[in-house]
Formats: sequence, structure tokens, C-alpha cells
Amino acid sequence: MELRRNLIGTGLALAVLAFAAPATAQKFITVASTTSTEQSGLFKHVLPIFEKKSGIQVRVVALGTGQALDLARRGDADVVFVHAKSQEEKFIQEGHGVKRLPVMYNDFVLIGPKADPAKIGGGKDIVDALKKIKGASAPFVSRGDRSGTHSAEINLWKIAGIDIAKEKGPWYREVGQGMGPALNTSSSMGAYVLSDRATWLAFKNRGSLVISVEGDKRLFNQYGVILVNPEKHKNVKRAEGQAFIDWIVSPEGQKAIADYKIGSDQLFFPNAHEAAA
Amino acid sequence: MGDLTSAFTEAGRLIAGADSELYAIVALSLRVSLTAVVVAAMIGLPLGAIVAITRFPGRDAVIVAFNALMGLPPVVVGLLVYLALSRAGPLGPLGLLFTPTAMIVAQTILIAPIIAGLSRQTLEDAWQEYAEQLRSLGATPLRGGLTLLWDTRFSLVTIVLAGFGRAAAEVGAVMIVGGNIDGVTRVMTTAIALETSKGDLPLALGLGVILVTLVIAVNAAAQLIKSAAQRRYG
Amino acid sequence: MLPLLLDNVCFAAGGHTIIDGVTCEIASGPRTIILGPNGAGKSVLMRLCHGLLTPSAGRIEWSGNGSHRRLHAQAMVFQRPVMLRRSALANVTYGLELAGVSRRERELRAQDVLDVVGLAHLAQRPARVLSGGEQQKLALARAWALGPEVLFLDEPTANLDPGATREVETIVGQIRASGTKIVMTTHNLGQARRLGDEILFISAGRLVERAPVDRFFIQPASAEAAAFIRGELPWS
Repeated sequence: MELRRNLIGTGLALAVLAFAAPATAQKFITVASTTSTEQSGLFKHVLPIFEKKSGIQVRVVALGTGQALDLARRGDADVVFVHAKSQEEKFIQEGHGVKRLPVMYNDFVLIGPKADPAKIGGGKDIVDALKKIKGASAPFVSRGDRSGTHSAEINLWKIAGIDIAKEKGPWYREVGQGMGPALNTSSSMGAYVLSDRATWLAFKNRGSLVISVEGDKRLFNQYGVILVNPEKHKNVKRAEGQAFIDWIVSPEGQKAIADYKIGSDQLFFPNAHEAAA
Repeated sequence: MGDLTSAFTEAGRLIAGADSELYAIVALSLRVSLTAVVVAAMIGLPLGAIVAITRFPGRDAVIVAFNALMGLPPVVVGLLVYLALSRAGPLGPLGLLFTPTAMIVAQTILIAPIIAGLSRQTLEDAWQEYAEQLRSLGATPLRGGLTLLWDTRFSLVTIVLAGFGRAAAEVGAVMIVGGNIDGVTRVMTTAIALETSKGDLPLALGLGVILVTLVIAVNAAAQLIKSAAQRRYG
Repeated sequence: MLPLLLDNVCFAAGGHTIIDGVTCEIASGPRTIILGPNGAGKSVLMRLCHGLLTPSAGRIEWSGNGSHRRLHAQAMVFQRPVMLRRSALANVTYGLELAGVSRRERELRAQDVLDVVGLAHLAQRPARVLSGGEQQKLALARAWALGPEVLFLDEPTANLDPGATREVETIVGQIRASGTKIVMTTHNLGQARRLGDEILFISAGRLVERAPVDRFFIQPASAEAAAFIRGELPWS
């Protein structure tokens, strides 16, 4: 009785451990990217093409830009794929990255309530719009999370001559969250918010929100890809990571990016050829 | 109310659609939480029994620790496990970060105190009843402990189910140590969080309905087994 | 194992003295009844003899093996039987398994003893759903199956109705007849007369009188015993 029970118990324990153990022997890389990029659906479209061709599985951990870079600083990612050029350059200066290559851009749009309290609807000048929003003390939602979008927003306030950290009022709401939750919040409070076009197009909870301002060149959002430095982080999969980077900037990868559409709208515009981007 | 109705519709549509991605997410959720609860029980039940039956200096402090750790915030556990498993951390070389194994580890740490703390109380109460008789029959403390665990099995099953419920419901730990990687570490709770942040609330609610149904199913199965056994053993 | 020697045994708990210097020798043979009012310390004394409690002072010694209690050569039945959550038969085989009896042997022995005590028809029933009387008979069966040299019984019928009490007393008699020494506590004078050969009268933690049963009841030597028999001693 005792022996049989012990054998069953051991068998169960072994089964459990087998169940729990890391399974696959497939090659894979870990890419740290941003929530807005993942939520746009780009990866679901583009990665299977690469995976089929190379046999390398791409595992995307989606965080805010700041977090993604911090993740890579700890050596927990092989490749970084974000959209905050100044933060990326700092990353390379610190020695954590090998080289930054431009990949694609998308643009930001200023989203706002149909009721348009700041009277900026249909405009083409983002700086003018921001000044009007502050002037009207119209509710404005900021990501407030060190993301690429947040950096871009701060930058635009700066161009408008407004030191937003000092001059914000109760109309300026920092939510400290990703793009989706920020849009949710804007929808429920009828506020203006800066969003990347991709997330906006995929966003389903619009309420009374519409695009208020778009097309200003200053709203363009550049993506870069960086291999995490294998000299500094020994575990980085140099060959596979480089294979992914090589592919994403290659004509085939660039075409895959351009082919990704929501409805008939192209979300991302490949520009790996623009070395200065 | 309309949201809730559309949630059930959405849940039905998802299940009927036999979406392979959904099945993978459900399967992973079950695999992670069930494995975690089994391992946590293997740790927590003996610990609970030992503390229930034996007397040692510092016992009160241990009991307080068990009870306090029952309330460990999942996101804190996730952060601590992440720091341990990160390449920059002590267990980095194991390469466990962003894998289901890491999620199992985090959830095990989360539920083991629950099982230890609650079983300790149950076993201590039962020991009051059993101690003299078992010692009289010649049982060693070890044997007595094992007999006690078996005799209180119905209460213990309920405790283990509580642990499973907690594991299946949490998102903070698995999000951080798993990374919610599409096709690799995405479970029900992180999928719900993702769809919510994308603004797809009906889908998120639909997934929520499926998750709750899953937990109910597990509990119902356990209850059936318990009833059958109780009829047999009293 | 017998005789069991108690030498100036004391036991205190929570600042109170419960057993206050008991010295006696319990030999094989006569059925020993430990008699006394509630709170006299009968149960504690029994647990000291059985080894469930350790004396605060004094010695308790079994013969042959020093003071070390040999497992399974003595058994105890408590006022409230504690049954494991399994069948009646399994409760009996549990004790036998602890005693190192082989699987086949324990099934046979358990079945036998259940037959003798009249519980064979309940062998597969969950023990915890049995009535109070049935559970106490099962406890006796479980103890008897071990073939103990001494059987301690702590007020075994205090919670039972007269019918069950009679059945339990009959079984105790059968166990005695099979060669086991009986040591039993009770506060029931009639039961003491029915079942005892000698009386150890305990009052306030001390062994006040020891006598063969007839002489004890007809002519108690001590004032406390006389008062107890007359029903005057307080019950608390």
C-alpha cells in the first residue's frame, strides 16, 4: 500500500516537472518593442514571413519605449525596435547597442472630441493646435510614461514654446499608461490626446473621438532597430538578431511593412534607405 | 448591461469559432496555473503540517509570516522574480525569463503561502482532535502528520482550489515575468489586459467570461470528486 | 512489561498541581479501576501511565525495558473515540500497520476482531458515520487487535446510553478473558463494582486508598472514600 502510493506520488511529481520544464528547442530571439507597435498588429502580419524564411521565432515583449530600452540594458532582449531617436542614440552611446538603423515611420495624429472645445478641428498645424488647447484649458490626456509617444508630445509642446511641466494645469491629465488606455480615458472624458495613427486605427472604443489635426511633418514618428551589444551582454544571440535586422531593412522586409494595412489604410511607411532618418 | 450581453455573445463566438489561438491561450493558462498549484501544494501542505504539529522557537513568527504572505501582491512577486531571472540578475544564466516556466515559478511563490497558511490552521484544528489517539496507536510525528493530511483531505482540496483560483485570476506576476509574448507566454489574464488596453472591450469581456467559466469548471470537477469520495469515506 | 511502577509521580500544568505524589505498582492479573470524583486527576494519571504525558517529577517505569514504553504492547481507549476518515475495517488495520503487521495478516485480524465485537456488518462503512456506541466498540476492536498486554480505558462509557454501555462492558470482559490487563477509570460506582477487582481511589491528585473492590465499597478505610461512596464529594 505504502510502496504503491509512493510510486504514484513520484510518477505524478515527475509528470508535473516535465509539464513545467521549458519545452522547445527552436531558435528564437527576444525583441523589446513598444505597446503601440504591437497593438497596431504590425508584428502579427510581418513576423510570420520572417519566421517562415529563417526558422527563427521572434518573441516580442511589448512595453513602453523607456521600459523596452531598460529591458535591453539588463540584457533581457536581443534586439530593440522602438521609436524614440534621442533615447536610442543615448542607448548606443552607453554601449548597450551596436548600431541604429532606421526602419519605417508612421505618424501621430491629434485626436479630440467631436465637440472640439479648442476649435482646432481640421487643422494642419500641430503647434498652433497645442497653443489653442492650452489657451482654452481644454482637457488633454498625456501618456506620461516615458514612451516614444510621450517624448514626441513633450517635444511638440517645446516647439510651441510651452514648458508643459511648469505650465500644465488641471486640464492636463497624465495617465502613466499605454496608448490604448490613454485613448480609453480620452474617450470617456472627451479630451484631446496625441496618438500614433496605427493604434488609433485599431482602436475600437472611440466614443465621440475623431482626428482633429493630422499631416503636420512634425508629427512623423521614426522607428529604429538596434542589435543589443553582444560584447556587453554575452547572452545576446548575435547571429539570429542580426538576421532579423538584416531582413527588416531588406527590400522584402520593407515590402512586408508597407503591405500591412487596416482596411485600405497603410499604417507604416518603410524608409530604411533614408540613412539619416 | 448591454456590455455584459455582448460579452456573452462574444464569448460564444470565440468558442464556436474554434480559434486555435484562443485554445492555445486557454491551454497555457491551465498549464501554468495547474502546475503552479500542484508544486505549491507539494511545498505548502507539508510546511503547513509541520508548523501545525510541531512546536519550535519562533513558531508564532512563522505563522504570522504565512498569514501575511497570503496577501503578497502579484505584481510585487512578478517584479522580484523578474529581477532574479533577468540576465542582469542572479539566476540570469538559466534563461528562464519570458517563458512559461518563469510564470509557473512566480505563481508558485504567490500561492504556496496561501496553501501553507490555510492548511496550517485546518491541520492545527484537526490535530487537536487526532493527536492523542494517533500517538496512542504508536504513530510517529511524521506518520501522524501524513495521516492527518490524508484525513483532512476534503478541507485541503478546498484550500488548494482557492490557490488555483488566485493563480488563474492574477495578471501582475505573469505579465512581468512572462512578457505577454504572442504565442509563447500569453495567458487569459494578460490577453484580457491587452484587449482592454486596445479598447476592444467586448472581446476582453468575452475572454473574461471564458476565464470565469474555466475556473468554475475546475471547481465543479473537484466538487464532484469530493462528493463521491465523501460518500465513500465519510 | 508489567508490573508498572509509579514512584512519587507528580504532574503540574499551568501552575496547578494535578497529580501530587502518587506511588503504586500495577501488576498483571486483577482488573484495576481508578475511581474518584471529577477533577481528581484520573484521566491525567492514566495518560501518564500510557505515556501520553511526562511526569513533572518522579518516575514511571515498566519492567524489563526501563521506563521506555514499548510501542503496541499497551493500548488506550478514550472517552470520545477518534475515528479516521476511512472505513471501520481500515481504522483497525491502521493500528496493525503501525505495529508492523503484514498486509494479509492485518486484514484477517481486523476482520476477526470486528466479528467478535459484532461490527462485521459495518466493516466497509465510513467509521465517522457510525453511532457513538458503534464507534466506541470499534475503538475497542482497534485496541484489542493489537493484542496489547495492558488496555487503558478512560471513562469509556461516560457518553453512551445504557444499552451501548452494556455492550462495551461485555467487550471489555472479552478482552480481559483473552489475557489483557484492564486498567479503567470511571466515576460511576456501579460500573466500578461490576467491572473491577481492585480499586485505586484518587482524590485531589493523590492516591488515597487502594483495596479489593468488595472491601472498598463495604468498608472504605479513608474518609474521602467513604464520603465519595455516600455521594457527598463535590463533582467539580
